[in-house]
Amino acid sequence: MSDSLLLVAMVAVPAVGAAVVAALPRERTDTARVVALGVSLVVLLLAVLATVAFDTGGDRFQLTSSVPWIPGFGVDFALGVDGIALVMLLLVGVLVPVVVLASWEDRAPANRSMRTFFAWLLLLEACMVGVFAATDVFLFYVFFEAMLVPMYFIVGSFGGPRRQYAAVKFFLYSLLGGLVMLAAVIGLYVVSASAGEGTFAFESLRQLDIDPDVQRLLFLGFFVAFAIKAPLVPLHTWLPDAGAEAPIGGAVLLVGVLDKVGTFGFLRYCLPLFPDASREFAPLVLVLAVAGVLYAALLAMGQTDMKRLVSYTSIAHFGFIALGVFAFTTEAGTGAVLYMVNHGIATGLLFIVVGMLIARGGSRLVGDYGGVAAHAPKLAGVFLIAGLASLALPGTNSFVSEFLVLIGSFPTRPVFTVLATAGIILAALYVLLLYQRTMHGPPRGVLFPADGAVGGTTGTDGTTRHGATAASATTGGGPGAASGGTATATLTHEAPARPASRLRDLSRRELVVVAPLVALVIGLGVYPQPLIRLIEPAVAATMSDVGADPAGTTPATTPGSTEGTD
Amino acid sequence: MDTVAAEGLLSATWLVIALPLLGAAVLLLGGRRTDRWGHLLGTATVAVAFVLALLATLQLAGLEERAVDAELFTFVSAGSLEITAGLLVDPLSATFMLLITGVGGLIHVYSIGYMAHDPRRRRFFAYLNLFVAAMLLLVLGDNYVALYVGWEGVGLASYLLIAFWHERPAAATAAKKAFVMNRVGDVGLALAIFVMFAQLGTVSYEGVFGGVGALAGGTLTALGLLLLLGACGKSGQFPLQAWLPDAMEGPTPVSALIHAATMVTAGVYLIARSAPIYDLTPTARAVVLAVGAITLLYGAIVGCAYDDIKKVLAYSTVSQIGYMFLAVGLGPVGYAAAIAHLLTHGFFKAGLFLGAGSVMHAMDDQVDMRRFGGLARKLPVTFATFGLGYLALIGFPFLSGYWTKDAIIEAALDRGGWSGWLLGGVAVLGAGLTAFYMTRLMIMTFFGRPRWTDGVHPHESPSVMTAPMVVLAVGSVAAGFLLVQVFPLQGWLEPVFGEPAEAEHVVAPAVVGLVVTAVAALGVLAAWLFVGRREVPEVAPARVSPVVHAARRALYADAVNESLFMRPGQWLTRALVWLDNRGVDGAVNGLAATLGGSSSRLGRVQTGFVRSYALGMLGGAVVIAGALLAVTAG
Repeated sequence: MSDSLLLVAMVAVPAVGAAVVAALPRERTDTARVVALGVSLVVLLLAVLATVAFDTGGDRFQLTSSVPWIPGFGVDFALGVDGIALVMLLLVGVLVPVVVLASWEDRAPANRSMRTFFAWLLLLEACMVGVFAATDVFLFYVFFEAMLVPMYFIVGSFGGPRRQYAAVKFFLYSLLGGLVMLAAVIGLYVVSASAGEGTFAFESLRQLDIDPDVQRLLFLGFFVAFAIKAPLVPLHTWLPDAGAEAPIGGAVLLVGVLDKVGTFGFLRYCLPLFPDASREFAPLVLVLAVAGVLYAALLAMGQTDMKRLVSYTSIAHFGFIALGVFAFTTEAGTGAVLYMVNHGIATGLLFIVVGMLIARGGSRLVGDYGGVAAHAPKLAGVFLIAGLASLALPGTNSFVSEFLVLIGSFPTRPVFTVLATAGIILAALYVLLLYQRTMHGPPRGVLFPADGAVGGTTGTDGTTRHGATAASATTGGGPGAASGGTATATLTHEAPARPASRLRDLSRRELVVVAPLVALVIGLGVYPQPLIRLIEPAVAATMSDVGADPAGTTPATTPGSTEGTD
Repeated sequence: MDTVAAEGLLSATWLVIALPLLGAAVLLLGGRRTDRWGHLLGTATVAVAFVLALLATLQLAGLEERAVDAELFTFVSAGSLEITAGLLVDPLSATFMLLITGVGGLIHVYSIGYMAHDPRRRRFFAYLNLFVAAMLLLVLGDNYVALYVGWEGVGLASYLLIAFWHERPAAATAAKKAFVMNRVGDVGLALAIFVMFAQLGTVSYEGVFGGVGALAGGTLTALGLLLLLGACGKSGQFPLQAWLPDAMEGPTPVSALIHAATMVTAGVYLIARSAPIYDLTPTARAVVLAVGAITLLYGAIVGCAYDDIKKVLAYSTVSQIGYMFLAVGLGPVGYAAAIAHLLTHGFFKAGLFLGAGSVMHAMDDQVDMRRFGGLARKLPVTFATFGLGYLALIGFPFLSGYWTKDAIIEAALDRGGWSGWLLGGVAVLGAGLTAFYMTRLMIMTFFGRPRWTDGVHPHESPSVMTAPMVVLAVGSVAAGFLLVQVFPLQGWLEPVFGEPAEAEHVVAPAVVGLVVTAVAALGVLAAWLFVGRREVPEVAPARVSPVVHAARRALYADAVNESLFMRPGQWLTRALVWLDNRGVDGAVNGLAATLGGSSSRLGRVQTGFVRSYALGMLGGAVVIAGALLAVTAG
C-alpha cells in the first residue's frame, strides 16, 4: 500500500466496518464484537505503519493525499499528519480495541442491541481519525461535527439512567460551539478569497497575513468551539454529566480522545492561523486553564459519583494541557501534546477500572464501596496504578507530560505555573481519597451485603466521618489511645476473614483489557523519548508560527558570567 | 564538580537499583505462585545489591578522582531541556548506597520472622524491595529530576507500607496523610527544579552547581528555601512533621527502615547534596538552622509525653533529624557531621525500632508502655540490644551518639555570637530531653513490675529477628568511634563538600563533651525520679499540667492543620460543588430552558432530537452553501 493511502484507509476501514456491523442481524452480538475487534486492530496496525513511514526530520505534513471534493469552493478531501496528529492517531488506534474488549460483555438496555453499539463505535473511530488527519479546514469541520452523531447515540442509547439528559446537553453544547466555529471557518474562506484564491487548505491559510481585528474574531470563533470541547472552565458542565452517564467504553473515548480535539484544535488552528490573536488572548486562556486546574480538582474531591469524579479530574488535566499550549515554549507544547496522549491512556484506564468496579457493585457512588482491596487485590492494584498515573506520580507516563508542561511554562509564565503546580497536591488528595474510601478500610457497602450496609444512600460524607473517627481513636488520641490501636492491630495480624461477597477479582478478559494500558502507563513513564521525538518537531514548527523560539527557552542566566552573586 | 566516566564495576551500578526493582516486579506480577519463596528472593536481591555496592565503593575509594558518572539513556529531550538518566557515584552517594542496602538487607532478614504469620508477606517484601530501589535512585541519580523520581517513588513505597494493613482505617488515613503532606514538600522541590531550568537551562548536578555562581542572591535564596520545603516534607521537619508519627501505623520493620534509618533522612541528603547552592545563601541556611532547632526541641518535648512505644521513637526520630538539619544548616563545618550522625542514627534507631518490634511481637502487638514493664528478664537479647541502642542515642560516652551528636553541638557553638550560643544551647537542652524520654521508655518497658494485660506471655523472638538486632547493636556501639576516629568520614566526603576550614573552638571539645554528658545524666536522673521511683499507672493520668496536656496533643500540631487546612478545604469543596451544580450549570440549564420554552419540554424534545438535528444540519448546509456562493460570486 502506498504511504499516502494509509490515512485514507484509516478512515475507510472503520467506516466500512461500521456499515458491515450495522448490517448484521441484531441478535448477532458475538459476530459484531469480533468484527469490531478485528477492524479496530487493523486500524491500530495501520497507525503503527503510518508511524514507521513517518520521517521525524521530514516535511511538516506527511502521508498526504488530496482529492478535490467541492471544487467550486476550493474544498479538498485532504489528509495528512504532522507529529501531533500522528500520536493522536496512535492513541485512537490503541484505545478503540481496548474499548471493544472492555465492552465485550456489556448488556444493552432494553430495545437496544450491542451490535448497534459496536457499529457506532467504529463509525466514531472513522470520524476521530478524520478529524486529526484532515488538512483541509472545511473537512476538519465536517468530521468535527460528524463525530457528535455516533457519540450522541452511544451516550443517549447505551448510557446510564440520565443518559437522555446528558446526551442532549453534550449535543447542545457541542453544536453551539460548532456553529460558532462554522462562522469562523467561512470567515477564514472569505479572508483567503479576498487575498487571492479562496481556499480551505491549511497550509495556504497559514501563509495568510490576516488583519488583527479579523484575527481576533476568527480566533474567538475557533477558540469557543475548542474550549467547549476540551473543556475549559466555565464551559465544562456538560462533561461530568456526559462522562457519568456514558457507558464506560463511550466515556473512555469521550474523555480520552474526543475532548482532545479541543486542545488539538488550539495547537493546529488557533496558534498557527491567528498568531497575533493567540498572543493577545493568551493571558485570558491561561487564567481559564489554571482556574480549571484548581477548581476542577476541588470539585473532584467533593463528588459522590465515581464517574463524575473521574470526569472532573479530566477537566483539571485539560487545564494543564491548555497551560502547556498557551505558554508558547517548545518544551511546554511538547509536554501538552504528550499529556493529550498520556491522559487518554491513564484516564482511559481509570474509567475502565472504575467501570469494572461498578459492574460488580451496580452503583456509581463512592460511598457504596469500601475495603475492596482485601478481597480483590488485582482490581485494587490496577485501580491504584490508574490513580497514581492520574496524580502524575514519577514512573508513570503522566509525570513526564505534566513535568514538561510545568517546567516549560515556568520560564515564560512563572505565576501561572506556580499556581498550577499547587494543583499536584489536590490531585494527590482526590485520587487517594477515592482510593481510601473504596479500596481501604473494613469490607463494607454493596459488595459485602453480609454486613448489612446494602443500599445506595450512604454518602461520601458518611465515609469520611467513619474514617476520621476510627482514625482519631487509634492515632489522634495520644497516649491514652494506645490500647485502642492495639486491639485493631491484633485483629488484622490474622488472615482477613472472607465475608460472604459477590466480589470476584479481575477475570482473564479484564486482565487482557487493562494489561496494554498498564504497560503503556509504565513503559511511557520510563522511556517517553520515542513519542517526544515524534511530537517535538511539529510543536517547534507551531511555536515558530506563533513567534516563539522553536529551539526552546533560553536560560535567564548564562553560566560562567560572574555578575549577580553576593 | 568534575566527574569521570564509569568503568568496571562502577558502570554496573545500575544493577544495584535494578535488582531490588526486579524483585518487586517478580513478587507483584508472580502472584501466589511466589508466596513460598518470595521473601527469600526479596531479601536476596537486597543482599546482592549490598555486595555490589560494597565492591563499587571499594573501587571508588581507589580512584584518583572520586566522582564517577554513568549515563544510561536519554530520558527526555525537548526544546532546550535535556534530561539524561544517569547515576553519580561519589563518596556521598556511595555512603548512602551502603546504608540503604546494608540496613535494608538486615531489616529484610528481620521481616522474614516478623511477618511470618501475615498472609500478605510476599506483598510486604515486594513493597520493601520497591522502596529500596526508589531510595537508591534518589541518592544515585546524577540530576535533580532523577532525585525527584526517586523522591516520589519512596513516597509511594511509604504510602503502600503504612497502609499495609489497610483494613484498619487508621492505617489507611495515616498513609494518605503521609503522601499528601509529602506532596506539599514535593511542590517546593519541583518548583526549585523549574527555577534551575529557567535560570540555568539545566537540571543536572554538574550543570547546576557549575552555574550557581552566576545567579542573583534572591534567586539563590529562593532555591534554597524551595529545596528546604521539599526536605521538610520528606524528613518530617517543622512545619510538615505531623505525618511521621502517624506513619507508625505501618508494620514495625517499615518504621525502622523507612521512617527512621533511610527515607526520612532524604531531606538531609538533599540539602547536603545541594551544598553548592546553600554555600552561597546564608539566608536560606539560617532558615534551615531555625527549622532544625525548632524541630529538635519539638520532637524531644512531645516524645516525653507519649505512652505508645513506637510514637516515642517516632518523635525521637523527628528530633534527631532536627539535629541533622541543624548541622547542614551550619554550612561546610556541618555537612560531614550531619552525615555521620545520619549514619549512626541509622544504626541505633533502626535497632531500637526492631527492638520495639520484638517487644510488640512478645506482647501480642501491643504498643502501650503502661502495659509493659519487667520485660528485661523475659527478653534478654532484645533488652541487651535495645539497651545498647538506648545508650548510643542518649550519647553515653564513647558510644555512637556521643561522637556524632557532640560533633554537631560543637559545630553549633563554634558558630560564635548569640546565634551560636542559642543553637548550641538548644542542642544541649535537646540532649537532656532525649535522655529523659528514652530513659522513661526503658524503665516503663523493661524495668519495674509487669503490668501486662491478661493472657500475654512474653517470649524472646526467633533468631532470624534477633540476629539483625545484634548486628545493629554492634553498629550502635562502634559506628561513631569508627566514623569519627578510625576512618574519619570528614576526609572521605572531602571530594563532595571540600576541605573545611580549621574550626576555632569557642568552647573546648572536652568541655562540650562533659557538659553534654552531665545534662544527659540529669535527664536520666529526672526520668528515674518521675517514672522509675514510683509505680507506673496502667492508665495515663488525666489530671496533668497544661504542658503535659499540650505535649500529649503533639503541641496541637494536628489541631492546627485541621482548623487551618482540612476543615476550610472541606467547606470550600462543598461550596464549590454546590456552586458548580447550581451556579455554572444552573445558568446553562436555565438558558437552555428559556430557549426551549421550559425545562420540562426539554425532555420531550430529546426523543425527536435526531430528526431536529438532521433539520439543523440541513439548515446549516444551506447557510454554508449560501455563504460560499456569495463569496465566490462576489
